[in-house]
Formats: sequence, C-alpha cells, structure tokens
Amino acid sequence: MPGVALAREYKYMCSDPGQELIRQDIRDHGLDRIVVAACSPHLHEKTFRHAVAEAGLNPYYFHMVNLREHDSWVHADKPAAAAKAMDLIRAAVRRVRWHVPLERRQAPIHANALVVGGGIAGIDAALTLASAGKHVYLVEREPTIGGHMAQFDKTFPTLDCAACILTPKMTAVKSNPNITLWSYSEVRRVEGYVGNYDVEIRRKPRYIIEDLCVGCLECIQACVFKQAKVPDEFNLGLGKRKPVYIPFPQAVPQLVVIDPETCIEFKSGKCKKTCVEVCAERNAIDFKQKEKIENIRVGTIILATGFETFDPVRVPYYGYGLYPNVYTSLEVERLVNASGPTGGEIVLRDGRKPATVGIVHCVGSRDVNTNRYCSRVCCMYSLKLAHLIKEKTGAEVIEFYIDMRAPGKAFEEFYNRVAEEGVSFVRGKVADIYPAGNGDGRLILQAEDTLLGMVRKIPVDMVVLSVGLEPRPDANDVRRLFNIGCSGDGFFLERHPKLAPVSTFADGIFVAGCCQGPKDIPDTVAQSGAAAAQALALIDAGVIELEPNTAYVTEDACCGCKTCIPLCPYSAISFLEEKKARINEVLCKGCGTCVAACPSGSIRQNLFEDQQIFEEIGGILTYA
Amino acid sequence: MPEAFEPKIVAFFCNWCTYLAADLAGTSRIKYAPNARVVRVMCSGRVDPQFVMDAFAKGADGVLIGGCHPGDCHYQEGNYKALRRVELLKRLLRQMGVEEERFRLEWISAAEGERVKIVIDDMVEKLRALGPRVPARRQEVA
Repeated sequence: MPGVALAREYKYMCSDPGQELIRQDIRDHGLDRIVVAACSPHLHEKTFRHAVAEAGLNPYYFHMVNLREHDSWVHADKPAAAAKAMDLIRAAVRRVRWHVPLERRQAPIHANALVVGGGIAGIDAALTLASAGKHVYLVEREPTIGGHMAQFDKTFPTLDCAACILTPKMTAVKSNPNITLWSYSEVRRVEGYVGNYDVEIRRKPRYIIEDLCVGCLECIQACVFKQAKVPDEFNLGLGKRKPVYIPFPQAVPQLVVIDPETCIEFKSGKCKKTCVEVCAERNAIDFKQKEKIENIRVGTIILATGFETFDPVRVPYYGYGLYPNVYTSLEVERLVNASGPTGGEIVLRDGRKPATVGIVHCVGSRDVNTNRYCSRVCCMYSLKLAHLIKEKTGAEVIEFYIDMRAPGKAFEEFYNRVAEEGVSFVRGKVADIYPAGNGDGRLILQAEDTLLGMVRKIPVDMVVLSVGLEPRPDANDVRRLFNIGCSGDGFFLERHPKLAPVSTFADGIFVAGCCQGPKDIPDTVAQSGAAAAQALALIDAGVIELEPNTAYVTEDACCGCKTCIPLCPYSAISFLEEKKARINEVLCKGCGTCVAACPSGSIRQNLFEDQQIFEEIGGILTYA
Repeated sequence: MPEAFEPKIVAFFCNWCTYLAADLAGTSRIKYAPNARVVRVMCSGRVDPQFVMDAFAKGADGVLIGGCHPGDCHYQEGNYKALRRVELLKRLLRQMGVEEERFRLEWISAAEGERVKIVIDDMVEKLRALGPRVPARRQEVA
C-alpha cells in the first residue's frame, strides 16, 4: 500500500507489549504516521494516542480502523470481509497523511456537583460528594426526598426496616452544610460542557415560606377540612390526606405543602384560612407564592432519577382496577407498613382479612407484550412480602412464578427460609384472574402448573401483582435535557455496559440507580458510590482536557456571508467588524455542521478536514 | 456464470448514535451484508454535500448517512441540518441521473444495533436489483 513503511501484525496491540511495539517502531523506523486496525475507536483510540505520544509523536498523527465491531464480528463471508478490511485500511492510510499535529485544550472544572433525584441513589451520591468537601445541589421533584425506598416496609433479604436505615441518611442530607437541598424542584435547562454546566432549576411553589415553617404541622390539624379527603400520593391512594399535608412523618425537609388543586382558598378564595390563624406570628403560609428560578454552575452532574412501577392496568386479564382485591406490590408495601394507611394491618378494601393470598410474579417483566427484561427485584420482594403477610396474618400465601431468581448475597438462603415457613410455590405464569362467582369476593387465579403439567384454578382472597420496574415516563425528556441516550428498554444508557457503567456519552454526566436499569438497593448504593467517585475524580483533577476537533475559520477565505452564524447551536460563531466570522474555540463542541455549510470552504474542522474525508472516500473506492 | 454484482456503499455515520449502533451490532455479533464502509464523522450535520458527490464521482454504488433520531442529536440539531441538505441533494442527484435508492439518510440510535443490519441489508438488496451505476467511473489504484 503506498505510503506504508511498516506493517505489523500482533494479536493484542492494546496490551503493554503491543503498545511498546508501536513505540519501538516509531523510534526505530522514524515513523511519522500510525494506523492501527483493530477494535472500535470508542474503546482504544485513547490508548493508542497515548502510546504514540509517549514515543514523541503528536498523538493526532494516529488514526484507528474499526475492523472488529464493523467488520470481522458482523460478516460471515470471509473474503468479502477481508476486502472490506483492505478498503478501510487504505482509507485510513490515505487519510492519516493529511493529519496535522494538534494540541488538546484545557478547561477548568467547577468544584461542585448537581445530583438530580433524591431517592437512595441521589442521597447516597450527594452525601459521598459532600463528605469529600464538595458542594452539592440535590434537586428532587417531590416535596420530600426518600424516593421509592421510603415507601418500602422492610428490605430483603435481611428484613431491615427501610425507614430505619433510610431516614438517618435523609436527615444527614438536610443537616450537611455542603448540600443545598431543593425539593419540589425540577431541572429546566442545562447548557455548557463538562466542568462548566449552567443549570436552571425551577422551584415549584409549595405556598409555604421555607425559612419560616418550623414543621409543627399545626396547620394540618387546623385545616377547615376536618376529615382528610384527598387520595394520598405517598400511600398510593390507599390513605387520605388534606389539602395541606406532609407526605410522611419523617419527610425531609420537614415542611408542609399546600396542594392548590384541592385547597378551598385556591378554588374559591373564600376559605376561613384557619391554617393561617394557627400559624399566627410564624406567618409561614403564603398563598401568593410564585415559582422561583435558580441558576447554578456546576462541574459535574449525577442523574439518579429512579424508576416507575409498571401500571398493571396494561395487563387487563389481571383485573387490576376492576377487582378491588387485586393490589400492586408497592401498595402492599404500604399496607404492611406500621405507618401506612391501615397502621400495618393487612385488611382488604372490603374490610376483610385475607385467609389466602396469591402473589403473581413477572407482571410487566419477561413478557413480549410489555417489557422483555427481568426487573431483577420482584422475585426477592415477593418473597419478602410473602414472609411479612404470613407473619402478620397467618394467611396461606401462594407464589406463582416463572423462574425463581435469587442471585444475590443471602438471597437463595432467604428463598429457602420463606419456603420453610410454609409459603407455597406454583411454577407457572398466571393466565387469568376472575371472580369466584359465588359472591364471597374471592378471586380465582388460573395458571398452568408447569411442574405438575396441568392447569390449576386456585381461589384466593387477595392478589398481589409483583409489578416490574420501568423507566420514568418522562425519561426521554430528561435524557434530552442532559444530552444523554437511552437503551432499547428506555433506561438511561451507560457509556460501556461493563467498563463504564456509571458514565454516559456526555462527559461529566453520570448515572446511578434504577434510572440506568432495574436494580436492588445494595446495587443502587454501590452504583451511586461509583458515580460519586467518578465525579470526584473529575473535580479533583481540576482541569479537563478537551478533544481538539473544533472548527476554525481561515479568515482570508471567509467572504462574510454569515451562513454559518445561525447554524451553530452553541452561539460559538461571532461576526467581526472586518466582516469575517470567528469561532470561539471554548464554546465550539466540534459537530462540524458549520463546516459542511460554509459555501467558501473557509471553515475547517480539526481532525475532520475536508481533505481527510475525501481521502477516506478515495481509499474506500479504490478498486484494486 | 458472471459474478453477482456486489454494490459498494460509502456510509457516513455520526459518532454518537449510528457509529455506536454499528459497534453494538458488532458486540452482539449481528450478521449483515459486507458492502458498506463507514466513514466516521462527529455529527450527520458534518456531511458536506461535496462528500456525497465525491463518493458517487469515485464510483460508489450507494451513499448512506446515519444520524441520531430527530430531537436526539448530540449537538442538539445537527441531524436536522443533515436532513435539509439531504433533501436538496436528492433533487440534484435525481437530475444527474442517480437513482433515488442510491442515497439514503437513516436515523439509527446507539441502542439500535439490529437496525444497522436492517438498513444495510435492505439497501444492498435494492442496489443489487438496480445494478451498477451507468456510467460507472472507477479510479485507478492510487
């Protein structure tokens, strides 16, 4: 191939000896361009650039050819794959001749962080960053932090009380001087780049002046609503709250919220305002409160926006919403909880105590009609709920499962324990749930027992649907806001499934917890620690090196037509007095759309020069 | 029997979506036609119409541009700019006698490895049916 001074084959070019081979050859043969034909540049471009630089050559004299992911792994026809490999290598060899030495730019990193989502993942990440002395903004959409974990009763497999282990962390957030907690708030806009993100946060009005409210809750007592009438979100509608409320007793911050949808003062303006009377000189209630916009600049962002449980209305044959005694697993968490709507008593919506309970696994998981993936936590929380229901009511509990998945520390042991406690197991997917028809309110679960090889119809008093975990319904909007991706299942996409599990394709933005995929609490906490460590590594480096692939104007050739100016999404192009365009290198992110549009060809892009791409095209289309 | 016609496709894939989708197809060992050669650009908006013309001039049987889905561009809206240029370019190519099937713009996200296969296989099939470009001008070995 013309221009090639030395061609070498080595099995693991990315290994230390492989890299040393490159360095040695550069020195021995005076090579001034390097092409490596191996795996995807997304994996090892950095490695090889580094190796090239160590041999004293500018790292941008290097180009990588993707022969693995784009060729050998995807083509069965070997001669055709070899021909393609030759084309790609020829293209790279021709391209690299036109490479010029480039320098990486450096940008400072702001030493603070934004954590979005105040569930256990966000709480843990914020506390870790704060304990390292970094300032953290923790933004939570709901009036309180705590997330789903605050709604759970006990946690598997150890049966620790969820609130007992979570609430100390919640109060630690509130009392940590390094954490600014904005609950009832949402991120509205994100701009900038790694190290320098400008974020706009909308703080919704809670109609309570935060600095004045002491959390005495007397206004709730005094509300003109003598009885709580509004379905309570925290208890999934199983309990009731008043228009002025606190989500749950240990809520952080300890502040009430007024719901303008149901408050009489908002609806008619004619309320006696007994809440204001009782608040008296504290004067913390403000019906005219407006939303507030906060603007912050942070170096790094951790997304911990969590999940939503599957809505079983989408599986109509399970009768959720139709038969009152069909519950979701999250509802049962609230029912068994001592601070729940029934004070921890398991009573059905018709007031009866269940004598038999059927737990249906994989609702909204492992099903081509809903979600194909396994939600990972349902088998274990179903076992936990079976144990708790049995312990509290002595009811007969039957689990209908497809496969029992207990692959964690002490999980299998917990499964055995629950089985020994007398919980029954039927291996089969429930096909239908219908009323027994004799008016006693019982429901019949129909399933094919695949171990017995027969269809069984089992009457129960209560059905628990073990609902799976899904991405938040607005996950798509959120990922666009932060300029990251989602995988096919809708959860946020990590940079690499194994080796960069908390990074994203946006530098400086990390993911933790169930927003990245279903996982249990230990895995979530481990991941939030990893995300915090990544954020810390970035902050403590102080500066970040940015890729040099920015666009630039050759001013002599610029005709001053201004075509480029409105094209730039980052407003990086300005128009000078001498009627020339100029690109601010710091603002340019290197997409190259202005380069493609410039009619005079005066805008060019480092690493993606027109000539380099023409050479690639030429290399591909050279018919040998 | 004469050798079956194998079209050659020059594919411009954006770094953040379609290039990664092709990487994912690789990691998942999805098998597809070996006719496309990928040129990596940071954004589909970087694809200068000259690149497409150049590829056809040098004998490409087809040109494929792959970008992020609308609204998902890593650079906010570069893919819309690609779309605008592609629409204009399609008219121009039609006038020059380049059949419509030879030039495609596809949105393929980083999660859609399977779609890389679907698009490339489909394009190859259509180009095979269409046959070589007439007159095909082929460059000598450089």
